Amino acid sequence: MNITADFQKAWQGFIPGPWQQAIEVRDFIQHNLTPYEGDESFLTGPTDRTQRLNLKLQELLRQEAERGGVLDINVNAISSLLTYEPGYLDRENECIVGLQTEKPLCRGVNPFGGVRMARQACEAYGYTLGPDVERACEYRTTHNDGVFHVYSDTMLNLRKHGYITGLPDAYGRGRIIGDYRRVALYGVDRLMEAKQADKDALAAKTMTEETIRRCEELWKEIDFLAKLKKMAAAYGIDIAGPACTAREAVQWIYFAYLGAIKEQNGAAMSLGRVSAFIDIYFEREFRNGSITESQAQEIIDHFVMKLRMARQLRTPEYNELFAGDPMWITEALGGMGEDGRTLVTRTTFRFLNTLYTLGHAPEPNLTILWSPRLPEAFRRYCARVSIETDSIQYENDELMRTRYGDDYGIACCVSAMRIGKQMQYFGARCNLPKVLLLAINGGRDEHSGLQIAPARPPLTGRTLEYGQVMEQFQFYCDWLCENYVNTMNIIHFMHDKYAYEKLEMSLHDTTVERFMAFGLAGLSVMADSFSAIRHARVTPVQDERGLAVDFTIAGDFPCYGNDDPRVDGMATELVKAFEAGLKKHPTYRGSSHTLSILTITSNVVYGRSTGATPDGRAAGKPFAPGANPMHDRDGRGALASLNSVAGIPYDSCRDGISCTFTITPDSLGSKASVQASNLISILDGYFGQQGHHLNVNVLNREQLLDAQAHPERYPQLTIRVSGYAVNFTRLSRKHQDEVIARTFHNTLQ
Amino acid sequence: MTTCRIHSIETLGGVDGPGVRCVVFFQGCPLRCLYCQNPDTQCDEGGREVSITELMRTIKRMRPYFGSEGGVTLSGGEPLAQPAAVAEVLRACRAAGIHTAIDTSGACDTPAAREAAALADLLLLDIKHPDTVICKALTGCGLESAMTLLKAAQARQQAVWIRHVVVPGWSDTPACIDELADLLAPFSCIQRIELLPYHRLAAEKYRALGQPLPLPDTPAADPVAVRKLQQQLNRAMRLIDFSAGRP
Repeated sequence: MNITADFQKAWQGFIPGPWQQAIEVRDFIQHNLTPYEGDESFLTGPTDRTQRLNLKLQELLRQEAERGGVLDINVNAISSLLTYEPGYLDRENECIVGLQTEKPLCRGVNPFGGVRMARQACEAYGYTLGPDVERACEYRTTHNDGVFHVYSDTMLNLRKHGYITGLPDAYGRGRIIGDYRRVALYGVDRLMEAKQADKDALAAKTMTEETIRRCEELWKEIDFLAKLKKMAAAYGIDIAGPACTAREAVQWIYFAYLGAIKEQNGAAMSLGRVSAFIDIYFEREFRNGSITESQAQEIIDHFVMKLRMARQLRTPEYNELFAGDPMWITEALGGMGEDGRTLVTRTTFRFLNTLYTLGHAPEPNLTILWSPRLPEAFRRYCARVSIETDSIQYENDELMRTRYGDDYGIACCVSAMRIGKQMQYFGARCNLPKVLLLAINGGRDEHSGLQIAPARPPLTGRTLEYGQVMEQFQFYCDWLCENYVNTMNIIHFMHDKYAYEKLEMSLHDTTVERFMAFGLAGLSVMADSFSAIRHARVTPVQDERGLAVDFTIAGDFPCYGNDDPRVDGMATELVKAFEAGLKKHPTYRGSSHTLSILTITSNVVYGRSTGATPDGRAAGKPFAPGANPMHDRDGRGALASLNSVAGIPYDSCRDGISCTFTITPDSLGSKASVQASNLISILDGYFGQQGHHLNVNVLNREQLLDAQAHPERYPQLTIRVSGYAVNFTRLSRKHQDEVIARTFHNTLQ
Repeated sequence: MTTCRIHSIETLGGVDGPGVRCVVFFQGCPLRCLYCQNPDTQCDEGGREVSITELMRTIKRMRPYFGSEGGVTLSGGEPLAQPAAVAEVLRACRAAGIHTAIDTSGACDTPAAREAAALADLLLLDIKHPDTVICKALTGCGLESAMTLLKAAQARQQAVWIRHVVVPGWSDTPACIDELADLLAPFSCIQRIELLPYHRLAAEKYRALGQPLPLPDTPAADPVAVRKLQQQLNRAMRLIDFSAGRP
């Protein structure tokens, strides 16, 4: 392409390359990256401006908490890019601008996932959905309408009785990461041209259903890129061309992200991997002497403050499922490049530093891509930040880079994808312990007694025989897989049709690889149940309807979480079999089946809807989160437990395997420097054995109990649960109890 | 096949030696320390029997976490009360290149125990009290055997970390700490001295065992006071990095 004067100015000082001809952000990063091997001593604290701004934000957050978690709702408009007048937190002081609605923390309404949910959410917080919004939806099919027009009775039952839960059929599916950096590097006009060229190229093709759909989607993408430009223009900023300064680059990226969260209320909308990209702009200005460290930190601080203000309107039930009000604005930090250079830059440190300049917080969801080859000073800094803030999570860069290259991001908590080149169809998860009970009960639901699945002779009435249980479970598991895939196909057909992510997809290549992300919950309950049936004598206790409502267990059995191959192997086999079962059934749009073991915090909710299980877990009791062992069953300490989880093969769980690790500071080491070194050893050991994800909490049980009793003293107490962080005092009492009860790995002495 | 009797294994130990440690708690102890935090490991008959082969399998599975510093700590109970098994584990670890430590009171002064102790890379030696009479009252055993072990370690230049539990009313006075410093000053093999505050978290274990808490009226040691004593000790020992207390 012809590089115009605008581009010459914006790109001055950058090393040229193929990225100038085609939209290739990774290539730009690789040509211009300045890896940073040093320590955190260059970092600065917040500027006065930042502190003033942050005080204002903290006050708003306090008011929001006081009002039950929602400060305000604009009920009279449908959220989109051009719905609202420009809004500010503090126009004089903020160097990065843009709000979702006119006012900070005021929530917009997005009814396209489903108007019912929007209506209920308004009512739950004392508001009424405005008549204009109601009317607009009256004549429009929403994603939610579409799905329910097509669902079969079986699908409805699986959903209603909690076999498949958390499906994105009433809200935005999320888990799509726009390459927001493209807007900064190329400007909107250039992106529109490229999309127009892709659309023109399709015109020569035979108009099959897929081609027509593609053409229409491209039209929508171009339309929304134009709207993005207008949205920015309302703030007096022209983003038609590329960003010229670091502050502009951050502002352009933020506008693109802001446009995405105005248009979509996706369950998890990650930021992607922006820090090394932004760093290139900072480095250019440091070379010119036109910026100071304090100014650079200020730009990142103001950006992060904006991310911390992002909100979606959800129902209280949704918040209960996910324990709070998460956005999963996941930013992947660090990692290594394919050429062996690190992708850690000074700006990686600056992002982590926001946990100090602005205080601890769950968002953005800072995710360290861990490798033994990361610079030692950065590894130590991460360990220190973990110990001090409990706000970051770790994922295995060695494992993912070999499969996704070195420019991947994390959608939600653990889902890796190449930025701008891959996307996923999110599919929540299946409650496998309920499927096991279905098998034992011959296809009847253990609570309602309803014949949910095809009838087979139940296994109740005598001691469970392992081979027989496995055979019967396999039958129902296959049946479930077929229904699960079909349900997902319907959901994503309808989401593409009625709630296509126009702006996010405009920031992807037109030819994109799609994953269909399935999930399973209750892995440790399943492994222990199989182990109990195999190694002990498990006999169902039946009620008057002949349903197994409890189990008597005679004898000992090995439990998952003790590095014991007798049971860990059962977990592995189960995961492989489930993945294989899913792959038997074709997916919508040729997407590749992937699987996650991730429960978010819904392990509490899933447990509540599940009867007693053969492992001795009582009816209604929570599952362990993600791939964690059940608490109090991992009797050999944390590392044996981590070894069990690390044994789950990532290649059967390409959508991620979540593990949460909590330890008291005193048992991690006797002083801060030792604690940091030991944490590094633990991370190296876990990831060296192909572990995929680790949440790290270093905290005291006493501290949590005190926070439960005196939440006002701990406004910023952040802890990691499943794949993200939450503000502890905003968890429900039940979730707080569950977190406290869960294993605190504490040494004997 | 050699076996040993263990209470439990804690695969993640962060405070019993350098780095991340796999800690094996042996069952059985000749002492009855009034402040014992692991009364469930005292009785020789409790715990479970495991083969050294099985124990080594567990230990080797933890190697990825050891990093450059970590390894295995044999604790208890009193590991040197089972010297043959301990010696076998230590030899197997040495052959596998795994760093080893023994956490001991030194109370078992037998030829076999001496031989086993010499095989460890590091001794974590508990000096219960610098005064042998008080030591005997506090633990049931005088100081002599621990000092014999320390002298042997000095003679072979084996690394030693001293640990001393500060028990209010027993060993929490500056005079006691001075006495401890005098006692230990001649030993260049000592790399570190850790003062550990007495705590009462074992009360539940005693209740479960149906035993009365031996020091029912003794409060937990004040961590701030213990930190002061640690500083006093460090000055007296003229060594800098003995500070095991929290920063």
